[in-house]
Amino acid sequence: MSENKFSVKKHFFSSLFDQNPILVQLLGTCPTLAVSTTVVNGIGMGLSATAVLVLSNLLISLLRKFIPKQVRIAAYIVIISGFVTAVELLIKAFLPSLDKSLGLFIPLIVVNCIILARAEAFASKNGPVVSMIDGLFMGVGFTFALGILGLIREVLGSGSVLGYTIPGFKPILFFALPAGAFLTLGCLIAAVNYILALSKNKKGGSK
Amino acid sequence: MSLGAIIGMLISSILIENYVFSRFLGICPFLGLSEKPSTAFGMGCAVTFVMTLSTAITWALYHFVLIPTGLEYLKTIAFILVIASLVQLIEMFLKKSVPALYAALGIYLPLITTNCAILGAAILCIQNEYNFIESVTFSFGSAVGWTMAIIIFAGVRARIVFAETPKCFKGTPIALVTACLIAMAFAGFQGVKLPF
Repeated sequence: MSENKFSVKKHFFSSLFDQNPILVQLLGTCPTLAVSTTVVNGIGMGLSATAVLVLSNLLISLLRKFIPKQVRIAAYIVIISGFVTAVELLIKAFLPSLDKSLGLFIPLIVVNCIILARAEAFASKNGPVVSMIDGLFMGVGFTFALGILGLIREVLGSGSVLGYTIPGFKPILFFALPAGAFLTLGCLIAAVNYILALSKNKKGGSK
Repeated sequence: MSLGAIIGMLISSILIENYVFSRFLGICPFLGLSEKPSTAFGMGCAVTFVMTLSTAITWALYHFVLIPTGLEYLKTIAFILVIASLVQLIEMFLKKSVPALYAALGIYLPLITTNCAILGAAILCIQNEYNFIESVTFSFGSAVGWTMAIIIFAGVRARIVFAETPKCFKGTPIALVTACLIAMAFAGFQGVKLPF
């Protein structure tokens, strides 16, 4: 039991940092760049993807013995798009403002590589509970990266945090534009590479 | 719909509303497959072909099947299934009848199913309430714009390999910074007002 707990903790940190879906594995870059203009949008997108990820991982893991190998990708896509449609309808009904700002990118969760990648790499080989935890952690990693990116771009691009304007700060429009999204993500990934290389060197040194 | 309007729509979807640099669609293959200009061109052709065809089919499906039966909310599932099976069909057809084209596009075809630009184009056409000709024009123009973006990007990237970049910027980060600079150039098109 204690061993199991330890691996859960390890899994959590690895999905946040050294296996982070956006910053290290580079999956799901399209929604990342498009919706990270503000923190709220980024986190909203992250949470919707997390919900789909957890549910689809659960169902795929439960059905893993019944889905024939040859048609598994098609089956996964149908399962994922079913959940995405449900999430889309829920957001439309209860959070219409979020629906407006995320727009096209909610139905596009279907083709978000993170979800299909976790279904193929993890849920199709593991039990339902572990798969759900994996989906949750990967989703948290995704949300975490989106939140940070959204925070940087919101502060620099529109001079506000969570919609509240920072007094005395002149926003730099560049960061709210598409070009700013590419630059911010590039610098963020470079920073993560730098930190990971540093921590690797430290570990190598202590050995 | 006049010819001028069609040309205007083509120009706007290729340059002004470029898929990569202003709508953020199809970024994954854009970053992944742009190391060599020749692969970029192959992928671009495959995307153009599938995107134009799939938008035509999904438009017909939406207007002649989903609306009459009141199942509009199933459009995401229906469209992704159409795209996945279309890609499979095209692959089988090309393998049998046009082996030369199959050899050229072969490896890129399966990757197209998860290219968000294809599903994005199909959904955008429905959201913007385009008619059939507008939908086909829009998706063709967008695909050409995407192809152009990926070829330009591949050309720049081929030279960056030889540049001395800081260690932590090697690979994707410097590619993203490059994309930022190209996106700034494309932002210049935003000011263009078409006379149509």
